[in-house]
Amino acid sequence: MNRSLLLKLLSAAIVFGAWEIAGRVPVSYAFPTFLDSMTALFAMSIDGTLLRAYGETLRPLVAGIAISALLGIVIGLWIGLSEFCDWLFSPIFIVMQAAPLAALIPLLVMAYGIGLTSKVFVVCIMAMPVIVLNTASAVRNTPSSLKEMGRSFLGSDFDIVTRIILPSASPIIFSGLRLGISAGFIGAILAELKITPTGVGDIITYSRSIADYPSMYAAIFSIILLAVLFLNLLERLEGQLFAGNNRGYVSD
Amino acid sequence: MTLLGFRLPGFSSLILWALLWELVGRLDLTFFVPPLSEVVVTLVQILPTPAFLSALGETAQAFLLGVLAAVLAGVPLGILMGRNRLLDELLLPWVNIFLSAPLTALVPVLMVLFGFGMLSIVITTTLFAIWIIILNARAGVLQINRSLVEMAKSFGASPFDAFFKIYFWAALPEILGGVRIGIIRAVKGVIIGQLLISVVGFGALFELYSTNFLMAHFWAVLIVLFALAFAISELLAHLERRVAYYAARR
Amino acid sequence: MQETTVAMSRTESARRDADPSGPQGAAVDNAVSVRCVSKTFGSVEALKNLSLDFPRGELTSLLGPSGCGKTTLLKIIAGLLEPSSGRVEVGGEAVTGPGPDRAFVFQDFALLPWASVLRNVAFGLELRGMAKSEREAIAEKHICEVGLAGFEHSYPHQLSGGMRQRVGLARALAVDADVLLMDEPFSAVDEQTRRKFQEDLLDLVRNERKTFIFVTHSIEEAVYVSDQIAILLPRPSRVSEIIRPSGFRDKGADNLRRDPEYLDIVDSIWASLRSYVE
Repeated sequence: MNRSLLLKLLSAAIVFGAWEIAGRVPVSYAFPTFLDSMTALFAMSIDGTLLRAYGETLRPLVAGIAISALLGIVIGLWIGLSEFCDWLFSPIFIVMQAAPLAALIPLLVMAYGIGLTSKVFVVCIMAMPVIVLNTASAVRNTPSSLKEMGRSFLGSDFDIVTRIILPSASPIIFSGLRLGISAGFIGAILAELKITPTGVGDIITYSRSIADYPSMYAAIFSIILLAVLFLNLLERLEGQLFAGNNRGYVSD
Repeated sequence: MTLLGFRLPGFSSLILWALLWELVGRLDLTFFVPPLSEVVVTLVQILPTPAFLSALGETAQAFLLGVLAAVLAGVPLGILMGRNRLLDELLLPWVNIFLSAPLTALVPVLMVLFGFGMLSIVITTTLFAIWIIILNARAGVLQINRSLVEMAKSFGASPFDAFFKIYFWAALPEILGGVRIGIIRAVKGVIIGQLLISVVGFGALFELYSTNFLMAHFWAVLIVLFALAFAISELLAHLERRVAYYAARR
Repeated sequence: MQETTVAMSRTESARRDADPSGPQGAAVDNAVSVRCVSKTFGSVEALKNLSLDFPRGELTSLLGPSGCGKTTLLKIIAGLLEPSSGRVEVGGEAVTGPGPDRAFVFQDFALLPWASVLRNVAFGLELRGMAKSEREAIAEKHICEVGLAGFEHSYPHQLSGGMRQRVGLARALAVDADVLLMDEPFSAVDEQTRRKFQEDLLDLVRNERKTFIFVTHSIEEAVYVSDQIAILLPRPSRVSEIIRPSGFRDKGADNLRRDPEYLDIVDSIWASLRSYVE
């Protein structure tokens, strides 16, 4: 077994061990032990509670991400290609990127009610700015010699966009998507905790109200685990897909 | 963007959007979008009210305490991780996990552990900001020029001196970059914390406005918040550019 | 000895047209001619009233210190930039944009990093809408020609700098244009590879009946590979002289770099350029 893996396991053991000890002391009546939480997690996985909850939670997340990705890449491409569009839309997304957009949630609830629409909206406003801005800057920063090459070999504007600019921008677009998904997770959980408790948010809220802390911690543990695993997977995929893409422009 | 040979300044399109907002409001298309002029009038009215000022004060306090904690804990920890391989290997996986984890899910835990008040919001803010600060400080230390370290050793610097006279300064551009991103995240964190805990600061104010359907009030507060957040992020970017010279020259 | 005198005589381009000792006698067949071209970027005058002819089937170098506008001129001929005034003719027709009669070789290679060597070489044909099997057969042939057989399915990042530029060259050859425009093609390549490239380029000029326009900042390189050297001086850019080294062409690659005429020309170009180098 190599050192890196061993240390990762050791590190996990230390943290989970500390959690267990802190729960046994206990540091707070609302702090269950690690083992109790894992038992609750196991129980919820077995009886299907967790599966049903994720069915609920993932719906606005997937819908929101899909909309943000499609719209975000199109707008970003447009901003990157057209100076007018850059002037018109960039400030909006730059402000959105810096602003605490979560503050819009009460307004969205008033406008669209407490249903799926509001939740999808929350995911979208969280995920879209980074997707748009990454796409726009990747498109804008396509090496100019590649674009000149396309023109000098008589490529049409459409050819240059689809065969040169988009493939060349795709690694950065993809990492924008990954960051967007990360923000989307924050939005989806925020929506479930703030708007109406459904899915995993419901387990968290309900078990807190009946003081079933192991279940509450288990649900939180599971959603963080899911998000981290999924984002890690995307990062690996990114590394594999675009391995050669960032090299090979000028002799290095 | 140039129009008729005249170069339009970067953010001038926001004027166009403001006009569009005013138009939509005037046309009475939707109850949720009052005309911008009405929002601005409301803004001027509510700015000096005690309710607004106390919300702003509470938010600023939570934000500043949260950022201070994140910087004071994050920068030294990041530098230590950059210096010590064992510590780095033990902690880095957790830093990476919390960097991408949906931290909103942790707010309910903070609520039951630390109560429905200021402390939970401060901790939420710190949690949003700290991970990127640690990671950048670590990256800053890792890229320090080896000959600089050897120079310190050859002149007989003590570990304490080396830490404060070499590592900190050599890693400063990266550290500041991390603090900038951390602060932008902290702005989002403090608002998310207030929304979920919603008895203090703007969280309480939003609650009040939305139950009474005070749209103009709501938008006025949003404008203040967004403008403040944007101003903070631009100010930090400006400061970062001012130290960039020294990153380029080493 | 008389040959040398002709070669060394500095003739302005206008005079050279009437020069009976030109390669094709009195009626010089120019593949490309640049007429009174000026180019300004904002308030900066990059080229001023520049005229120059490029004889068919020959290699002409544009040589000058950095900032003398040689790349700008090349991009105007390519149709990638528009001149502020004046005109460029290729094969008797005015240039209005990029065309099938010209192919460009880029300084930084401009290869698609996500595409194999085969697709990169065939890319010019792909943009012209040629069927896949047809264009790949043509690309295959040119890959062999530049000595990259066996690397068809490699990716640019797996190749050395020199090999990457061979891919760029094969791509330009594949579209079978009359005029090849080369923008400092060997400047990002190490010295030994560069020498080999220069020798290969001489063979290429001899074998392909194409016109080469070659931008370089290396005096030795220009003298070594060129039939005609146009020396450009900066701010604003103008043709200061045209040199036609002709006496040592048939002495073979090995002896050329020791030839007294070669060395004399290198020295005299350096003498006229040195005052422009800081």
